[in-house]
Amino acid sequence: MTTAVQVATAAGQSTTRRKLPLEASILLVMVGIALIFELLGWTLRGQSFLFNSSRLLIIILQVSTTGLLAIGVTQVIITTGIDLSSGSVVALAAMVAASLAQPGDYARAVFPALTDLPALVPIFAGLVVGALAGLTNGSIIAYVGLPPFIVTLGMMVTARGLARYYTHGQPIGMLTNQFTFIGSGAVPVIIFLITAAIFHVVMTYTKYGKYTYAIGGNMQAARVSGIDVKRHLVIVYTIAGLLSGLGGIITAARSASGQAGMGMGYELDAIAASVIGGTNLFGGIGRITGTVIGTLILGLMISGFTFLGVNAYIQDIAKGVVIIAAVTIDQIRRNRQSRA
Amino acid sequence: MSDQSVADSNAGAASPYVLEIDRISKRFPGVQALTDVNLRLRPGSVHALVGENGAGKSTLMNIIAGMFPPSSGEIRLDGRPCAFPSPRAALDAGIAMIHQELNLVPYMTLAENIWIGREARNVLGLIDHGALRRRTQALFDRLGIGLNPEDQVRSLTIANQQLVEIAKAVSYDSRVLIMDEPTSAITENEVVLLFRIIRQLRDEDKAIVYISHKLSEVFTIADEISVFRDGHHVATDVVSAFTQQRLISLMVGRELTQLFPKGEPRIGEVALSVRDLALDRVFSGVSFDLHRGEILGIAGLIGAGRTNVAETLFGITPATAGEIRIGGKPVVIDSPGRAIEHDMALLTEDRKATGLYLMLSVLENMQIASIRNFNTAGFVRQGTLTALCQRMAVSLRVKTPSFDVAVQTLSGGNQQKVVLGRWLMTKAQILMLDEPTRGIDVGAKAEIHRLMSDLAGQGLAIIMISSELPEIIGMSDRIMVMHEGHVSGFLDRSEATQEKIMELAAR
Repeated sequence: MTTAVQVATAAGQSTTRRKLPLEASILLVMVGIALIFELLGWTLRGQSFLFNSSRLLIIILQVSTTGLLAIGVTQVIITTGIDLSSGSVVALAAMVAASLAQPGDYARAVFPALTDLPALVPIFAGLVVGALAGLTNGSIIAYVGLPPFIVTLGMMVTARGLARYYTHGQPIGMLTNQFTFIGSGAVPVIIFLITAAIFHVVMTYTKYGKYTYAIGGNMQAARVSGIDVKRHLVIVYTIAGLLSGLGGIITAARSASGQAGMGMGYELDAIAASVIGGTNLFGGIGRITGTVIGTLILGLMISGFTFLGVNAYIQDIAKGVVIIAAVTIDQIRRNRQSRA
Repeated sequence: MSDQSVADSNAGAASPYVLEIDRISKRFPGVQALTDVNLRLRPGSVHALVGENGAGKSTLMNIIAGMFPPSSGEIRLDGRPCAFPSPRAALDAGIAMIHQELNLVPYMTLAENIWIGREARNVLGLIDHGALRRRTQALFDRLGIGLNPEDQVRSLTIANQQLVEIAKAVSYDSRVLIMDEPTSAITENEVVLLFRIIRQLRDEDKAIVYISHKLSEVFTIADEISVFRDGHHVATDVVSAFTQQRLISLMVGRELTQLFPKGEPRIGEVALSVRDLALDRVFSGVSFDLHRGEILGIAGLIGAGRTNVAETLFGITPATAGEIRIGGKPVVIDSPGRAIEHDMALLTEDRKATGLYLMLSVLENMQIASIRNFNTAGFVRQGTLTALCQRMAVSLRVKTPSFDVAVQTLSGGNQQKVVLGRWLMTKAQILMLDEPTRGIDVGAKAEIHRLMSDLAGQGLAIIMISSELPEIIGMSDRIMVMHEGHVSGFLDRSEATQEKIMELAAR
């Protein structure tokens, strides 16, 4: 990890709000980590880590859902908020989508009358579930004025409970091929990358993006500037919920089932990916491109450790170290700018 | 000076100066804040520091107070070279500073705030609240401050909070006391009290550095004045050697003939009409007409409700009663967005808190209110906006290295121009300015005044809230004076005097 830290510090030299150097240093970290695993691969296992197309696919595939959630939570964090409910909403959306994606010949379908539905129906349902959860979060946060931490914590618990209650704890199995297609092969990766591209454009070039950064930069000034802050916050949280719903759909499709225990810990992985990618928890700073790189770094680490046969618990420890290291580098760079 | 240094090394620290700044320079990334600056402080004197924003006064004081180190140069205390690696070190060395922004903890008492970090402790090592209260009371009595040590800071007015800050700095019994714009948030009464405290401290042989933009105050209280310009020390002399004119030209580097440039007003039709405007428990019965081409000044003591009226008119705190008419038609303003739709604009009192997005760029700060008018299906027309911002920045003479730097790096005057530019870009017809020249140097002040006159000449209707009486009298066509939530009277430009305004403000 030390090598990666040194590489990053050498590259980081941005002024506040300079676009390129921020991503450049995180990119360097990612490249550094990839190279370390490549080196270790050759010395410990005598084979390449990176030059293996199926492994490269798996690296991104296993974090595609995390990445989708991270895109949503990045926008939330930029407004100085937080979303702890992503993982639970993944489960709830997965359950609802799965229950509407069952084949007609399955004896134990959840809704026997609603089988063999076109895949668009469970997809739509999953997205609606996610959006409704986000809408609820946003409305309470913006209009009742409760802290985002508390509200999304409540949603985290409630959504999980709803997911369990939905089928009284029974897993939902046997999903149509049309639906599971979404989780097959490289489809989740494509969905993740397209979504990232869309939101990068939105955050950089649209009114929505400018207003989001403004609210995060100074909420009171945003209000005086004529921005309807409350309405905007509701939209931001709804989008985060929608993306969690999408994550739930993909999770259900990939495992061809719906289980109430899905998505455990996903919200923290999403926040980690976002923060590693340069999003500042104090608000106002963060970029989708950085979040994508942060997501890839997580993917690299999971695959890399598995490739080297490292204990799963060590992986978690390493993940924690990387999160702290990434934020520390960011902090040091910020301090260096303002002190000289 | 050479005789002095010989005498120093012989007598051992017998310098007549308590603090000497010798060729101090300070460089930040991209900007040279101070270049070879010298300053000598005598004990038992009030040394005023004047200069435009960005001249380096606050930077130098922050170095002395231990906030950050100089890039080069030497600081000598009683003739001995020393360094202040932290604010704590400076305090321990006998240097205390009262900053422009208040640093009090709102939910703690005055006593707790003043002694924070060095509380009186009892035998068990726990905080002795009784001793805390007694010490605070003794301090207040000594300074003539009539506040209760047990009150919570947040229950105090800003003016009284400033007094607590002053008491706190004095309590360190430091030999050097630096005051950065101490009168920016206090009223005439407290200024009198402050000056009495300063004179008392001077008699106790303390050295006081007084930084202020208010030249009249400087002439009243200072013994010596030092002038800074563009990071350089330009002049130091006893106060009697300066005239206001000479001082201003030294600060600005050029002759400034008229402090309040005001053209011939062309008053037109009524743009804004307010009748019996009220905000529950804050103000009531506010009525006035605002004409095109007119500058209506709103005067009054702090707490009179002037900012509240502006915020209500702008929809930040919508009115609970009363009528607002724009161009003759009654309107309901329930949000800033609505106010902007009616071509209104508000330059808020505290630009750092409610005006600027400090971390965002100059461009983003300027264009934020215009995005609603320059987007196609949500996509911002950035090319057009950037060009408009550049034209606006040129016409307002905003000094910035580029449009992409964080607005935080600009001086106060330029920051204010950026926010003003933001509102002018929305083509507002009714412009409300709350303390538009607060914390801004003389040069930028004059520019903003000239701008206001130009805008009025172009037909804008302008409301200007100000606590500076010369500014109110110099710039307004009419003056509305408020007192404790009510309008106490109107004065025409021809009949306005400081006495009449104060009389209405205090009634």
